[in-house]
Amino acid sequence: MTVREVAVGAYREALPILLVSATGGLFAGLVLGGMEAEIAQVPGLLLLVPAILATRGNVYGSLGARLGSALHQGLIDPAVTLRDDRLRGAVVAALLNGILVSVIAAVLAVGLLRFLGRPVAPLPTLVGITFLTGILSGILLTTAVVTVVVVGYRRGLNPDTLAGPVVTTTGDLVGLATLLFATRLIVWLGGG
Amino acid sequence: MESHFSVRGITRTMLPLLLALTVIELGSGLVLDTVQGTLLDYPTLLVLVPVTIGMAGNLGSILAARLSTAFHLGLLSFDPTDDQLGGNAVATVVLAVTLFPLVGAGAWGLEWVVADPALPLGTVVLIALTSGVALAVLAVLVTVVTTYGAYRFELDPDDVVIPIVTNVCDVLGVIVLFGAVWAIV
Repeated sequence: MTVREVAVGAYREALPILLVSATGGLFAGLVLGGMEAEIAQVPGLLLLVPAILATRGNVYGSLGARLGSALHQGLIDPAVTLRDDRLRGAVVAALLNGILVSVIAAVLAVGLLRFLGRPVAPLPTLVGITFLTGILSGILLTTAVVTVVVVGYRRGLNPDTLAGPVVTTTGDLVGLATLLFATRLIVWLGGG
Repeated sequence: MESHFSVRGITRTMLPLLLALTVIELGSGLVLDTVQGTLLDYPTLLVLVPVTIGMAGNLGSILAARLSTAFHLGLLSFDPTDDQLGGNAVATVVLAVTLFPLVGAGAWGLEWVVADPALPLGTVVLIALTSGVALAVLAVLVTVVTTYGAYRFELDPDDVVIPIVTNVCDVLGVIVLFGAVWAIV
């Protein structure tokens, strides 16, 4: 194959999925744009955005890949149920890791900003926000990933090619929407 | 239940990587924190943040996945004239040139619907295009270096390249976006 043939093939294969994920990303951006007031009110919140979004992508992308491989190998049945030990193990591990890493990110962010002498909200505020975001986005994304992978597999689609796009397009949007909700709730409870 | 599906087994493999990647992402967050004032002045730029980060990571991870498949099939050699390497690198840059102006226009349009974009359409498109092209070139470099590193250390590129490339591109995405803003606005 020539360089040109390889380039044309790669371009055609990637363009549709990138268009879909760019659209998802723009709507995620709209939510972030709507968070202006909260960003100004809770110093340190913006610093946490990339870590929170990446953790969603890393944890739930990996959950999708794990479930896809397990379905191909016949290790789990294509059913949405928590009675299956393997499915439950993978789901619980994703939720725990997602929440734990988000909370650790908040602790590190507060330490970093204090060390640099920059303004930062109190530790319990940011930990409360990331903990709540971790739980809420975790429940929504787990449901989305498990449902899409299992239902897709039953309809004869390859779960390996489904899980990635679902997580990249919905992950940022769900992550930011739950972050906005969690921030408003914690601020309303008096944590701001 | 085998360790591949136990909570403990999964956590033991994932947690160290997740923590390392979180530290990288906090670097990206620190850039955002530094330019927070500019972002709050021009909310259209805030709209561009997740999509720029996401696209950079996506371009890098697609390239990484294609290169590691070519590598596993024995089709890849680390030579600048290699078809697979050259073709995929060219496709990455052309994809950025196609998509980033649309992303800029989309961000401006969405902000126009809900509020005042505060910046002219042309400026936002130019910021998106400039950062997109710079990011595509950086994504190619990072991906090729990481894939080559995995090959030299005899690691499976599928396991290590995608997480590293996606998260490094996240940080570069924010830095490049604000480089472009600083140069243009």
